Amino acid sequence: MSNFYKDNKDIEKTIDALGLEEVATLLEEDFKYSKEYDFAPKDAADAIDNYKRALDVCGDICGNRIEPTAEETDKVGNILEEDGSVTYTPGIKLAMDLLGRSGLMGTTLPYYLGGLNMPCTILTALNDIVSRADASLMNMFGLQGIAETINAFASEEIKKEYVPRLATGELTGAMVLTEPDAGSDLQSVKTSAYQDENGNWFVNGVKRFITNGCGEVLLVLARTEPEFSDGRGLSCLLVEKCPQVKIRRLEHKLGINGSPTCEMVFDNAPAKLVGQRKRGLITYVMALMNGARVGISAQGTGIGEACYRAARDYAASRKQFGVTIDNFPALRDLLSTMSVELQASRALAYYSSKCVDLEAGLTRKFESLKGTPEAAGVRARMKAYALFNKMLTPMAKYYASEMSMRAANGAVAVLGGSGFMKDYPVERYLRDSRITTIYEGTSQLQVIAAIAGVMGGLVKDVLADIIAGVEMDDELKAKFAEVTALEEELASAVEFVKNHPSGKDYHDLHARELVDAAIAAVCGALLVRISSKFPEKKPVVNHFIAKEFPKVRGDLAKAKSGYMASVELFDELAPIAESLD
Amino acid sequence: MCNIIGGIYDIMLPMKGYNCVVCIKQVPDTKKVTGQAMKEDGTINRAALPAIFNPEDKNALEAALWVKETYGGTVTVITMGLPAATAILREALMCGADRAVLLTDRKAAGSDTLATSYILSQAVKKFNPDMVFCGRQAIDGDTAQVGPQIGEKLDCAVVTYLEKLEMDGDYAVATRDIGTGIEKCRAKLPALFTVTEKFGELRPFSMHRVMKYKNAEVEAMNCDDIGAEADRCGFAGSPTSVNKIVSVVLAGGDYKEVAPTAEGITSLVDELVKDHTIG
Repeated sequence: MSNFYKDNKDIEKTIDALGLEEVATLLEEDFKYSKEYDFAPKDAADAIDNYKRALDVCGDICGNRIEPTAEETDKVGNILEEDGSVTYTPGIKLAMDLLGRSGLMGTTLPYYLGGLNMPCTILTALNDIVSRADASLMNMFGLQGIAETINAFASEEIKKEYVPRLATGELTGAMVLTEPDAGSDLQSVKTSAYQDENGNWFVNGVKRFITNGCGEVLLVLARTEPEFSDGRGLSCLLVEKCPQVKIRRLEHKLGINGSPTCEMVFDNAPAKLVGQRKRGLITYVMALMNGARVGISAQGTGIGEACYRAARDYAASRKQFGVTIDNFPALRDLLSTMSVELQASRALAYYSSKCVDLEAGLTRKFESLKGTPEAAGVRARMKAYALFNKMLTPMAKYYASEMSMRAANGAVAVLGGSGFMKDYPVERYLRDSRITTIYEGTSQLQVIAAIAGVMGGLVKDVLADIIAGVEMDDELKAKFAEVTALEEELASAVEFVKNHPSGKDYHDLHARELVDAAIAAVCGALLVRISSKFPEKKPVVNHFIAKEFPKVRGDLAKAKSGYMASVELFDELAPIAESLD
Repeated sequence: MCNIIGGIYDIMLPMKGYNCVVCIKQVPDTKKVTGQAMKEDGTINRAALPAIFNPEDKNALEAALWVKETYGGTVTVITMGLPAATAILREALMCGADRAVLLTDRKAAGSDTLATSYILSQAVKKFNPDMVFCGRQAIDGDTAQVGPQIGEKLDCAVVTYLEKLEMDGDYAVATRDIGTGIEKCRAKLPALFTVTEKFGELRPFSMHRVMKYKNAEVEAMNCDDIGAEADRCGFAGSPTSVNKIVSVVLAGGDYKEVAPTAEGITSLVDELVKDHTIG
C-alpha cells in the first residue's frame, strides 16, 4: 500500500513553510460559507486540514490505484475507433472515475457549482502527486482549467449548465487552441465562427494537438471578427461534442501516451459564446494559459519526484565492485543534486501558486471593499502579486520542466543499461518529461514572459515577500546574505544588458541567463524559508547555493561579456547543412 | 425505483430502492505483524498494530453503495466495538454511507462469533433492511462465520462469496465464487451477502463528505437499545473459549527428498493423506 502524499513529507513541509492561512481566509471570504454549507471550513486551521485531507485522498488514489496502471497506459495508449469515438486506456478510465468520484476534479471551483473552493496551491500539489503516478494523467486531471475558465468568464447560465458536471467528472473538457499554422503564435488562428440570422453561433475549422479533444465540452478559440487578422479578432466559444465535430486522428507521440492528443475538424458545429467577443485570446486564453503553466510546473515536479525515487532506490540496491553504487562520490553528487533541484522546483511551483491565490483572493476582497479606507491597501498588494505572477508563473513552469528532463536523464544514467530498457519506468519518465518544456509555451517563451519582471527589478521585491516574517538563525542569515548578494549581481548584469548598444538583440540573447540567475535567487530564498521552519532542510539550502550559484554567476558573466557572435556570426557558426542533392 | 429487469417485481418494489445494512469491523492490521504483535499472555498487542477497516468489509460496503447508486435506496453501516471504531464508521460515511451506528457495550466484551452474530443480528433487525452485506471474513479471526450466522438469526437467504450482483425486483441475482468456478443464483429479499474482494475495490472518499464528516459524532447504541439479551452477549453468550494462543514461527526444518518418479510421488501422496494434510 502506498500513499503518494503520506510517503512524501516534502509536500506537507513546503505547504506548511509557505503558510496558507491568509489564502484560506481570502478564499473562504472570512469563512462566511460555513453558514451556508455544512462541509465548508469554519476557520483557517479547519480549511488547511481539509486541504491536507484532499492531498491524502489523492495520494491514496494515485499510489494504490493509478501508479500500477501507468506502464500499461503508456504501452497501449488510447484508441480512435472507426466511428470516430475515442476509447481511453483502462488506466485512464479508472483514474478519471476515481478522481471524479472524489470531487477532486472541481478542486478550485466554488461551492455553489459543486467545487471544493480550494486554492491553486493545493491544485498544484495534487498535480504534483498525480504526475508522479502517471504524468499523462495530469493532462486529463489538469483539464479542470476548462471549468475554471467557464466559471471565470461565462454567463451564469452556461456555468450552471456545465461546471457542476465537470466538477464531478461526468463531463470532461478540452481547450481547443492550436492549429497546424498556429502553435506558439495563436494570433494567427484561422478557425472561424459566425452567427446566423437567429444569433446562433457555428464553428468551422481544423485544430491540432488538442489534449482530450474527444471530451464533451470544448472551449474553442475561433475568429469571430474577420476584419481583424490578429488576436483582437478571436473569441472563445463553447462547443459540445456533436456529429459536426470529428476526431480525424490521434497523434502518435514520444510520451504522455495516456493523454489522447486529437486532430479535429469542426464542420458548422453549434456553439455558445463564452464571455465577450474579441477577448478570446487577449483575456480568456491568457488566463487559462497561466493556469496551465502553473499545472505544468507541478507536472515537471511530479515527474522529477518519480525519477528521483526510482534512481535513489536503484542506487541503494545495485552492487558493483562489491558495494552498492550509492557509495560512489559521483553518484552521490548526481543524486544529491537531483533531490535538491526537485525540492527547489516544488518550492517555486507552490510559491508561485500561492501568489496566484493571493492575487485572486485580494482581487475579490478589493471588489468587496471598494469605497472603504482599507481598499487602497488591498489594491496595492493585489497589484504587487499580479506583477509577481507575470514573472513567477513562467519561471516555475520553465524551471520545473527543465528540472524534470535533467532528473529523467539522471535517473536513466543511474540505472545505466537497465535504465535504457523498457523493464524499468525511467525510460518512460524520460519520454514523458520531454513535452513539459514544449507545451503551454516553450522554455524560450517562458523566458521571454519572465524577463520583463527581471529587467524591472522585481526579484528584489519577491525575495522580500518570501522572507517577510521568517525567523532566521545566524546560519540561515548567512545563507540569505548569499541570496541577496546574487540578486545584486543580477541587478548589475541587468543594467549592463539594458545599456548594451545592440539593444533588443542583446537583450533577447542573454535573457535566459538573467532568468536563470533570478530563479536561483528566488529558489535560494524559498529554501531558506523552508529551512527556518524545518531545520533538517539546511543541508538542502546549502547544497543548492553551493552548486547552483556558481553556475548562474557564470551565466551572469556571459551576460556581461558583450559577446553576441551567435547572432552576429550566425551564418558562419550555424551554416545550413550542405546536401548533395 | 429504477428500471429493473424483472417485470412484475417492478411494481412490487417501493420507489425508495433497496435499504442496505453493512456490518463492518475494525481489525488490527495483520500485514504489519512484528515481534511486538503478541503480548506475553498470548493476546494481541493492539498498541503495536494499527487498527484498520477490515479489507473485505470495504468490498461489502462497495456492494451496498453500488446498489444504492444503481437502484436507489439507503446504506446504513454498523460496527460492534470500542469507541475507537468510530474511525471506520466515519470512513464509511466519507465514501457515501447515509447513516453509521456504533454498537458499544461492556456486555459485548469477549463475544465469540455466536454472540457477535447475535448482537449484530439484533441491531440489523432494527433497520429492517432489504439487503445485508458483510465482508467474507475478518483478517484477525479469519472465521468467515459471522456473516452466515447473522443470516441464520435473521432467517433470510444467505449468499456467500459474492463477486457480482444484479437486482431483479425483490430478487437478487448473485454471482458467487465457489472456488472451482462461479455459481449464479437468485435470492429472494431480504437476503444477506458475504462479499469477497472480487466484487471490486471500495470507491474513494468524496472530499465534500470528508469535509462534512471528518469530526462527525456517530450514533451509538448499546445492547439494551437493540433488545439483546445479556446472557447471549459477551463472555456469557460465547461457548468458545480460547485455550491458548501461540505465536507460530515458521522456519526451515527437516526435509525429505522425493524422487521425481511415479513411485516417489505416490509415496509422497500416501504420506500426506496419512497425516491428513490432504484428503
